[in-house]
Amino acid sequence: MLVPVSWLKDYVNIDVNIKEFCDKMIMSGSNLETAEHFGENIENVVIGKIEKIEKHPQADKLVICKINVGGNDLVQIVTGASNVFEGAIVPVALDGALVPGPLHGKPKEEGGTRINSGKLRGVDSFGMLCSAEELGFADKVSPLASREGIWILDSNAGFELGKSIVEAMELDDYVVDFEITPNRPDCLAMLGMAMETSATFQVPMVRPEIKCECKGEKTAQDYISVEIRKPELCKRYTARIITDVKIEQSPWWLQKRLMYAGMRPINNIVDITNFVMLEYGQPLHAFDIETVADRKIIVDTAVNGQKFITLDNKERELTDTMLMINDGKEPIAIAGVMGGINSEISGSTNTVILESANFLGDSVRFTSKKIGLRTEASGRYEKGIDPNLCEEAADRFCKLVEMLGAGKVVPGSVDVYPNVEKPQTYSNRVSRINKVLGTGLSREIMEDYLKRLGIEVGGEGDILLATPPTVRQDLKIEEDFVEEIARIHGYNNLPITIPRSNVMVETSKSWQIRELTRELMCGMGLNEIQTYSFVSPKGVTGIGIDEDAWENDFVKLLNPLGEDTSVMRTILMPNMIEVMGRNAARNVTEVKAYEIGNTFTPNMINPEGLPDEQLSMAVGLYGEGIDFFTLKGIVCELLENLGIRNLSFEAEADYGVYHPGRCARVLVEDNELGIMGEIHPNISEKYGLPKRSYACELMFDKIINMAHVEKYYKPLPKYPSSSRDIALLVGEEILVGDLESIIKEAGKELLECVELFDVYRGKQVQEGKKSVAFALTYRASDRTLTDEEVNKIHSKVLEALNEKTDAVLREI
Amino acid sequence: MQKQLNSILEKAKEQLIEVTSVEATEEIRVKMLGKKSELTQILKGMGKLSPEERKELGQAANSVRTQIEEMLDQKFKEMKEMAQNLKFATEKIDVTEPGKKMNVGVKHPLTITLNEIMNVFKSMGYSIVEGPEIDTVHYNFDALNAPANHPSRDMSDTFYITQDMLLRTHTSPDEVRTMETKQLPFKVVIPGRCFRYDTPDATHSPMFNQVEGLVVDEGITMADLKGTLDTFAKLMFGPETKTKFRPHHFPFTEPSAEVDVSCFKCGGKGCNVCKGSGWIEILGCGMTHPNVLRAGGIDPEKYTAFAFGMGVERVAMLKYGVDDIRLFYENDMRFINQFK
Repeated sequence: MLVPVSWLKDYVNIDVNIKEFCDKMIMSGSNLETAEHFGENIENVVIGKIEKIEKHPQADKLVICKINVGGNDLVQIVTGASNVFEGAIVPVALDGALVPGPLHGKPKEEGGTRINSGKLRGVDSFGMLCSAEELGFADKVSPLASREGIWILDSNAGFELGKSIVEAMELDDYVVDFEITPNRPDCLAMLGMAMETSATFQVPMVRPEIKCECKGEKTAQDYISVEIRKPELCKRYTARIITDVKIEQSPWWLQKRLMYAGMRPINNIVDITNFVMLEYGQPLHAFDIETVADRKIIVDTAVNGQKFITLDNKERELTDTMLMINDGKEPIAIAGVMGGINSEISGSTNTVILESANFLGDSVRFTSKKIGLRTEASGRYEKGIDPNLCEEAADRFCKLVEMLGAGKVVPGSVDVYPNVEKPQTYSNRVSRINKVLGTGLSREIMEDYLKRLGIEVGGEGDILLATPPTVRQDLKIEEDFVEEIARIHGYNNLPITIPRSNVMVETSKSWQIRELTRELMCGMGLNEIQTYSFVSPKGVTGIGIDEDAWENDFVKLLNPLGEDTSVMRTILMPNMIEVMGRNAARNVTEVKAYEIGNTFTPNMINPEGLPDEQLSMAVGLYGEGIDFFTLKGIVCELLENLGIRNLSFEAEADYGVYHPGRCARVLVEDNELGIMGEIHPNISEKYGLPKRSYACELMFDKIINMAHVEKYYKPLPKYPSSSRDIALLVGEEILVGDLESIIKEAGKELLECVELFDVYRGKQVQEGKKSVAFALTYRASDRTLTDEEVNKIHSKVLEALNEKTDAVLREI
Repeated sequence: MQKQLNSILEKAKEQLIEVTSVEATEEIRVKMLGKKSELTQILKGMGKLSPEERKELGQAANSVRTQIEEMLDQKFKEMKEMAQNLKFATEKIDVTEPGKKMNVGVKHPLTITLNEIMNVFKSMGYSIVEGPEIDTVHYNFDALNAPANHPSRDMSDTFYITQDMLLRTHTSPDEVRTMETKQLPFKVVIPGRCFRYDTPDATHSPMFNQVEGLVVDEGITMADLKGTLDTFAKLMFGPETKTKFRPHHFPFTEPSAEVDVSCFKCGGKGCNVCKGSGWIEILGCGMTHPNVLRAGGIDPEKYTAFAFGMGVERVAMLKYGVDDIRLFYENDMRFINQFK
């Protein structure tokens, strides 16, 4: 909401500098975006009159203007603008002048732009004629007549030639852009902001003049009738009649206010409707009475499929939920949205019907959305307007018509208002207000704050009755009044305390394990990444997973931004591979990354219920020296640190993401935790990854469940251990993991640990065989083992190995 | 005999002077004190002597032996030291060469920022609560007192899964979930991912992280809210930080406020981070609306509550000077590595 401070002063007599004004308004609840200073950076720009226009001898598109700027000599200025004419009053930037700009299509310069004399195609030019934009006005508010060139000023305004334009046109003003929250539609009006200003600075507020001097025998009722057939959608319809309408430009003071408030001046009638809308927040609409069949206004819903052409010359298809303004025969406006071309005001219009009506916000919102047309009026109706404004706004329109001599106002109005909305009284408790705020404010102070906001107060003792004006549709419950009192008191004046609550801090195991995992992964040199929860449905098959796999059973978005973000991720791997690919494409030579995040699958038990959300963890690695066992080492170290033991790895040849010979399922006992491997060369190629890239995805919710991070001390061994190294000659098909299991099982009574230290294939070993070397450590907790004891158990181990795998000992 | 012993001692002295290595010293030791040495021979031959002579000679021989041993020890020490010094000279390294890369990884900058926020609230006695990213219209809007026609409910603002299910637009739905399940009184913080229908650009992301806070107890006041967030700001951004509470509007709180903190880059003088104002908007907060408390099954007459929420991305961007929110989700290692 753009509020010109000079306009605001029509209603509240404040005398503060702009900074203080802005600061105090912010603290009382009117937040603002900017305060723009108009008339700034303008020097030596004066009012001039074009006395003579001559052709430029060298250029068809330029003309030479002789301009009267109040002195004896005319000033010669060359311009390329096509809208100049002899007798036009224009802003003239003299030699050395300063204008705010922007100029000549360049961006606005800080501190403005200097204008100097010069030659234009060989002809002297002693300055520049200015457009409205060059003087700091946005293109969208430039008066229509001056839009494509020099700003042609109001010749009737009596601006003194040669006088500084800032003084003559009173340009010096601040325009504050207030941010209006949706609960305060009443502040989308100058009067609403005036009320806030009045409350903030404790100065009384003066309402606008609305009393017309209109005379005449006929009254509005003699011209038209109004019928509301859908009172649930139209609370009130007020109409007034203006005859002998004279369409012309508005006077400068009115144009200026509209321009500062962000609207383009059009002509007097349109400008007055806009002015009153800005003043009261009540949209107005004018119909040419000649186009209204039977002189009847009927408010009713449309017929399905009906066609209607709006003012912007577009045909709209209507439905029976849309509220329309009809005459005796057909629709003439879409209620609260836009008028029809069939009832438009034109230059030849003599008599207009002024509509000041109240349409239900939801209805206007629905219609506006359905036909895809949002207007200044529809936006205001949507937010809610007080029906008690209709008459006053209509009267204000009439008053301004009279003031401007834009027509003759017919006495009386047609005002259909079946259910009058009266101010409501709400009961509040002084004690409760203080209890919520943590204050000890007296009843008198509270009453004063409320009164400053135009709220009537009553009641006694603890009961504080409050009756807000009907424009304040946001005040309905006690807490609403608590806020009013708090903001007028000033949030900065509230005390500062700390809750005395005595509550136990509870820790979340899930959070703790995630945090520990991040520490561990980072400790092992991996970086954490975070990727979108919504993904492309093609991502899963894209990394080689079967189409009918569970990973393709997505939770889908009804209204995604695009195909790429249209389903919720079921696994993290597609994102991980994409991130690895993106880094590879950017020549990042090493990626060691992990992500922990939610994955989503449809709710199998209750399809109506919320989808299942499961935490997952992905790891991705590529770079020099990284192989399958780097990844495996990371996985093992992580899980060991989380207290998850008894890991095993099972070769998996059929998971499309990975190399069929270099992929493993990660198991804890028989419980699968995830899958890892070297990314399949086809996938690596497709995503631009280095040839050997590795990845893993673990079901993190399971990890959280299994994690056992409480530590217990185990006494250090008191008796020495005894070691035996063995090298086993086995067939290639025998897995190291199986050998380890056999050793552990057979030696479990005394075996403390078994560690692989070498796998050898080559000259000394026959084809199809390998040599696998382990170090075995035996220990008893209660005695020193004798050689005999060790030999006995060790032989048992060797026998088991031989029996199950045909392993034979090889000399080391 | 004594003469012979003296000569042995002299010989040892002479020989040791010329020795220049540990090995040569060892040779002399063998020669002077070994089994075949003159001194050992003397000692071996003592059996033939009378007890008096044996005693006398024994003492003399042992004295020589001890003297030689001491000399040898001294020499060994010298030689060892010499050898070591020689070795040190050859083993000298260039300490200005770079260290070996240890390569600790780094958490995502959003995690780092979130953890800082969570640690502050943990230190203030808050428990961490989390909720689902996909939630119902009930929890996301209705229970939070959002008007039925509020624009934020539109398909152009919110991602829907079905008519009744959506990607939560804030972490606030978990306020009501927490009220329903947790024993009163409580103080919780709720971190999590949120989603809004925004096309990604430098300042917008359709997915972002929020932290919500909620305190419910008898007698919670707006003064408590101010004190809590003022303390948070000082712990998070430094003890000199000031806060400013501006009235605002949210459907789920009444009264509501936006909180600015004094700019943590310039300290309030005005800079490019705070756009010259000296203040940075960081939080939305307010006293929980009675309708929200009722939706959570709490009697608003007995209990009052305050709630607050902040965007993790916004804090991270301000703290680290990140000028494009999309960088957080691109995961370029060169970006992440900067947060080591």
